[in-house]
Amino acid sequence: MSIDWCLQIQYVDYWLTSQTMMDAVTHHSAGCSTETLKLLCGKNIFPVMQDVISIKDFERTDIENVLENASIMEGFAKGTDILRGRILATLFFEPSTRTRLSFESAMNRLGGSVIGFSESGSSSVAKGETLQDTVRMAERYADIIVMRHPRDGAARLAAEAAHVPIINGGDGVNQHPTQTLLDLYTIKRTLKTIDGLRIGLMGDLKYGRTVHSLSYALSWYDVTLQFLSPVGLEMPLHIKEDLTEKGIPFQQVTELEDLKVDVLYVTRIQKERFPDVEEYEKVKGSYQITAESLDFLGDAKILHPLPRVDEIDPEIDSTPNALYFEQAGYGIPVRMALLASLLGWKL
Amino acid sequence: MKRELKISAIKNGTVIDHITPGKAFEVARILGLEDFSAPVSIAVNVSSGKSGTKDIIKIENRELSKNEVDRISLVAPNATVNIVKNYEVIDKKKVEIPSEIVGILPCSNANCVTHFEPVKTKFLLESITPLRIRCFYCERVLTEDDIKREIARED
Repeated sequence: MSIDWCLQIQYVDYWLTSQTMMDAVTHHSAGCSTETLKLLCGKNIFPVMQDVISIKDFERTDIENVLENASIMEGFAKGTDILRGRILATLFFEPSTRTRLSFESAMNRLGGSVIGFSESGSSSVAKGETLQDTVRMAERYADIIVMRHPRDGAARLAAEAAHVPIINGGDGVNQHPTQTLLDLYTIKRTLKTIDGLRIGLMGDLKYGRTVHSLSYALSWYDVTLQFLSPVGLEMPLHIKEDLTEKGIPFQQVTELEDLKVDVLYVTRIQKERFPDVEEYEKVKGSYQITAESLDFLGDAKILHPLPRVDEIDPEIDSTPNALYFEQAGYGIPVRMALLASLLGWKL
Repeated sequence: MKRELKISAIKNGTVIDHITPGKAFEVARILGLEDFSAPVSIAVNVSSGKSGTKDIIKIENRELSKNEVDRISLVAPNATVNIVKNYEVIDKKKVEIPSEIVGILPCSNANCVTHFEPVKTKFLLESITPLRIRCFYCERVLTEDDIKREIARED
């Protein structure tokens, strides 16, 4: 038996039970190259879960599965058609650039197509439709839904109403789980491990959704955390309690120079969090990464969920420390992995 | 004098016993007893061999709904609900904080989706002592003080 047939048969074995062999063979001949199949042979696209709503639903194994799947998806960087015929609905009740574009890009690279809206003004919500009704409508048109909504908990509510998988692309100030997964992927992809790392979180740690979720996810790993934030914007007590409960050592530091880290996760400090502009101007310089900062940051990799304002000087961009644009790029394989596994695609 | 005689026995109705001392008025508020027409007796800080002191509420001619019992459990987790018929206790149950608390108090997070969409609130019980419940939707944790405030607001 030729290697091609061997690969095809394995492929068929793993293919969705609802697919006929003919579908699978057609699919193979139309999309995946033999080389790709060789790359993937023996690897599973693990089922993640029914929906992706909150990082709190993920245990370490779930996270590791997604990261593994994302690395498989890098093999499809030039596109495939494993989700041909599948439709993603992007329900963006509030604007987003990166999240929406990267989900669209991920679905397109998987051979699927995308429908949706990017602001609620152009949807039936403007006419007073409930979220549940919008979701029940969308699931008739699409196989999977990614949504962003200004209200905390909207994604969980949508998942209750829907029969198709829901991915939370951000619900108010509550959760943005795919951002956290791509943050973790970036760290693991670059440093080959998460365990054993010293990770610094810097900026607005009080209101920052990304740092809360990241801390929670990192608590499954053997890491040491350092926090650097302006007075009044420190990491909330309940997050620190969670970390203590899980035995994660953490330390609040007051100066950039105090950071001794392998990874520094920088977030934006919003002007409006301060009682007056003067107060903001006073502290913002202390939370800026410049070329001089690299003297004590050494080889530390710098991540940022973007958009940045002035917390990382553009002169850092060309240094080996800067990882934030790669990080944004890794959003694609991570989201491809989630789309594929939620839609039950297996090899 | 027997302790039980401090407030008069009722013929038919409900006796809520072993209420955490000082919580009787909160329970009364939950049950809307201010506007209740039949006789209601409230005893506060009554001696109790079991827990030192306790509060008791006796309500004539009324049985409690599950929703009411669940709400009582959040402010008086050790209370017992006795159904009285013809001066006899025919049923006695300890209240129990349900693992899922549905539709009995609003979420304290003003941006929670439950304030904007037609859906019952839902909380998951995280811890009894200290009391902590988490909104199923927005994930906000409510402490005992938050719960007390939200229950009062609901009334």
